[in-house]
Amino acid sequence: MANVKRSPWLLHYDGSSCNGCDIEVLACMTPIYDAERLGVENTGDPMQADIFLITGGINEQNAPVVKQLYDQMPRPKVVVAVGTCACTGGVFKEAYNICGGADTVVPVDIYVPGCAARPQSIIDGIIKARDLFQQRSEEHDAKVKAEKRGGAAPVEAGKPENTGKEG
Amino acid sequence: MTAKFISIMCYILLAPFLGGLLEGLDRKISARMQGRVGPPILQPFYDLVKLTKKQFIIVDRSQHFLLLSYMALMIFTGCMFFGGTDLLMCFFVLSTAAVFLYFAAVITSSPYTTIGGQRELLQDMAYEPALLLTAVGFYLVTGSFNVDTIIHTPYSLIAKLPGFFFAFVFILTIKMRKSPFDESASHHAHQELVKGITTEMGGRNLALYNVTEWYETVLMLGVVALFIINENPWSYLAAVLVILLVYFFEILVDNTCARVKTTTMVKMTWIVTLLSAGVNFLVLMLVH
Amino acid sequence: MPVIPFLIIFPLVMAGLMFCVRVNKVRNAIAYVGAVVIMIAVGVLIVGWAAGGYRPIELYVHTEIADKVILCAELLLMVQVTFLSFKYKKYWVSILSIVPTLAIAWLELFGPEMQEISHIYIDHLSILMCIIIGVIGSLIVVYAVGYMHGYQHYHTNIGDRRYYFFMVLFAFLGAMFGFVLSDSLLWIDLFWEATSVCSFLLIGYTREPEAIKNSFRALWMNLLGGTALAIGIIYFALTHGTVSLHDMVALGAARPGEVMIPVALIAFAALTKAAQLPFSTWLLGAMVAPTPSSALLHSATMVKAGIYILFRLAPAMSGTTTGIMISFIGGFTFLAASIMAIAQSDGKKVLAMSTISNLGLMVACAGVGRPETIWAGVFLMIFHAISKSLLFQDVGATENSIHSRDIENMHGLLYRLPRLAIFMFIGIAGMFLAPFGMLISKWAALKASVDENNILLVFFIVFGSATTSFYWTKWLGKIIASTNEAPAKDITKRNEMISITIHGVLMIALCVLFPILSKVYVGPLLREMFAISEQTLPTGTLDLLIVLVVFVFAVPFFAYLYSKKIRANKKLSYMSGINTGKNHAFTGSMGQNEKLVLSNYYFKNICGIRKLMLPSQLITAAVITVMMIFIVGGAL
Repeated sequence: MANVKRSPWLLHYDGSSCNGCDIEVLACMTPIYDAERLGVENTGDPMQADIFLITGGINEQNAPVVKQLYDQMPRPKVVVAVGTCACTGGVFKEAYNICGGADTVVPVDIYVPGCAARPQSIIDGIIKARDLFQQRSEEHDAKVKAEKRGGAAPVEAGKPENTGKEG
Repeated sequence: MTAKFISIMCYILLAPFLGGLLEGLDRKISARMQGRVGPPILQPFYDLVKLTKKQFIIVDRSQHFLLLSYMALMIFTGCMFFGGTDLLMCFFVLSTAAVFLYFAAVITSSPYTTIGGQRELLQDMAYEPALLLTAVGFYLVTGSFNVDTIIHTPYSLIAKLPGFFFAFVFILTIKMRKSPFDESASHHAHQELVKGITTEMGGRNLALYNVTEWYETVLMLGVVALFIINENPWSYLAAVLVILLVYFFEILVDNTCARVKTTTMVKMTWIVTLLSAGVNFLVLMLVH
Repeated sequence: MPVIPFLIIFPLVMAGLMFCVRVNKVRNAIAYVGAVVIMIAVGVLIVGWAAGGYRPIELYVHTEIADKVILCAELLLMVQVTFLSFKYKKYWVSILSIVPTLAIAWLELFGPEMQEISHIYIDHLSILMCIIIGVIGSLIVVYAVGYMHGYQHYHTNIGDRRYYFFMVLFAFLGAMFGFVLSDSLLWIDLFWEATSVCSFLLIGYTREPEAIKNSFRALWMNLLGGTALAIGIIYFALTHGTVSLHDMVALGAARPGEVMIPVALIAFAALTKAAQLPFSTWLLGAMVAPTPSSALLHSATMVKAGIYILFRLAPAMSGTTTGIMISFIGGFTFLAASIMAIAQSDGKKVLAMSTISNLGLMVACAGVGRPETIWAGVFLMIFHAISKSLLFQDVGATENSIHSRDIENMHGLLYRLPRLAIFMFIGIAGMFLAPFGMLISKWAALKASVDENNILLVFFIVFGSATTSFYWTKWLGKIIASTNEAPAKDITKRNEMISITIHGVLMIALCVLFPILSKVYVGPLLREMFAISEQTLPTGTLDLLIVLVVFVFAVPFFAYLYSKKIRANKKLSYMSGINTGKNHAFTGSMGQNEKLVLSNYYFKNICGIRKLMLPSQLITAAVITVMMIFIVGGAL
């Protein structure tokens, strides 16, 4: 089995937040915490990302965006909600435009609490996420193998998998 | 003949490993320069394995075949080079390979790759004169474009071609996608174009692209070695040392320079090419 | 060989017919027949020449009657030009026609006794030109029949003078054949003026103020060249008592000092014809003419007349001050025009600029005048003739279909007008992609200019080749970019398509076969010209080229076959998560759909014509003036 967990690439999305958690996510990349020693790369491109890191709550406007970014990520993928807002909506929960935490639009796998979440706990979340990533990758491999053995015809969605918001 | 065959096979088989290792080293050294621990040296290979394991996604079907062509042409160029054939022809084929990369980027009609592609073209335009002049410089001194003839000289050609060498190392910064000239691919944390030309490449497509970049790095460093290698077998050792030195220099530049605008890049590279290669050229002509 | 006068006279007869027949259908039928006959005649000429063992043939020593006819024709042209100059109140232009014509007439009637020479000379180079003119000329006539129909249909404000258009087109073909087959400089002078006038008439076809302005610009620049040519001829005739071009070249190759002045003057004339800086503006202005004339005159054949004469003179120019001047002007034009081409988004303007630029490279090759560079130049000429003719026709047809020839509007043309887009792709790729076309010519030109220690030319070529790739590649990228726009209605007529298809096939054949062509045709051409026997390109390089050609065709093909089988999942393109679902629009800040518009880089403020044309004209004009003074002063 290939050891894919040594290369977890992040896509960081900032929802409706106070930006505290963003700063902490970026702090993970700085010399003190240096998440890159775990192979982490902050790609900023869903096509290349494995772990979707969401900070801040989901509001009416960014819900379709988060959904689309999630859909653009190739399988296997893991979602990490960083900070109280991303977990539950936090202090903004009762605001008129807030839907709630990240799990209202995408399936969240790892919740990292904290307001703001500390870099240590974010890295801890990433480490948990990469183990999950490894596990999903193995499942994905098995599925691909089964499909190959089953001799399934090459499939391609005629249309993009999920077209997100129309109009 | 056998020697040529072996060297070609070595290139095809070993270049990706060498290129990947160098990139790993690059990331490690960069991290150390920034006071970080950095990823393991083998990190690029881990990334590569992961990319091949991921779901294969595309935006446009043609992306994959264009990237495959890019890689095949790049390998072919490398084989021409390590097979000891015509250097100038090598560089011309290299430019054709670059065209395929551009196609792979713009065919998606995605905004970020399109701008990235345009910048890539500008980069091509910026470095091509220096590349061709390098070949011309070798021809001027040895009377041949053939790599075979160029490496069988009694002395290292850098002695006569320091200006050309400098111009080449200067454009190597573009070729290796290093700051201040990392305009199109947005390596590292420069992300105003997201991932630039590679934005729409995911999974295996990105893996293809990465491996091709490694092939290219090795090819470019091979050209650096041409400046050093001569009849003396010890010169090969010297060439390796110079390559490592040049590589370190590029990393240093990468970590100490802010990026410049694309037009500034073209102007800078052209001026440096004109001045350093041009003056060297003039001197050589006067001496001859 | 009766086919030679036939080749010159038949198109003229056709021209007369075109003028007389005013029923479109009948005229079109006659035009088709004429085109086919011309092609057959060229075939007969080649066969006749091949039967003689591919040796140079000299013909027609005693031509008193023909000489008189030529003189009369020349006077007629002068009257025509003078009349038009007065009609449009450009009186001074007529001087450029009257003075040289009368001078030539004086030489012929009252000048000293000339040596007997053969008036027609056939060798590899003139046969090559005949093939280019015959094949491309006839095909463009076929294309023009369909194109002009659509053109008149859409441009209702322009009077329908198709009879006139076809008349000039055929007359031009006759003049062109005469030009490349003649050896007598007096004949060459007539045909030279005739092509200038044809070009002038075609540019002014629409009779709009801009067209008239541009046509007169083209006329005076070409006539200026014609004047230089006439002076050169007269000087040569008076000093050496002969008007044979071959004698001049042979003399120049042996003792360059003796014919320095006429060679320099004729080379100067060639610069104007080949639209080199500072005379490039006429070719840009000529783009107002209907597309077939742009394709035939202003890209594929007429401008090549300048190149042809430079190739002829090459042995006499090699290593002289004239050669240095010509190679400088050519190299400089190559670089400057290719930089200016970056800023153009109008398809026809890009083609015009790249024509100037490529002609510049050919001129530079001729100026260096070594076997390698002539080899490179000849190949450039062949590739350029076919590719540009194809591209002009294609852009013209595309314009008829999508009502724009702006490259920005060609986004995704491959999916909207697949047939035309594919041929456009072939034309562009054949021109600049390694290992075809320019590429190998650049290789040879670089090598030779290093050998010649021509450092300026080396720099012009390396920088020019970088800028050339830039503007071509971005055009290609525009064509293949994916799009959601509905396919456009392809209203290209069958006859247009026939011509375009044949051009496309020729282009591909040329790409595949040029190593062979180099061996069997261009090699002997060089041997004839330079009396050398060695192969110009090292055999290793030629073999490598064949491998390359195969590889560049095979790789994308197999990669394509392979990638058809892969299983992949389609995703939306990345637009920061606000892609509206079809990759062609995104959600704007107010929630509305914004159409995604992608555009290329043009750098109009850095390399536009307005910025660069005047300075480059000044530089080249200064160089030409100084060098000419130097040459004339040195020789006298």
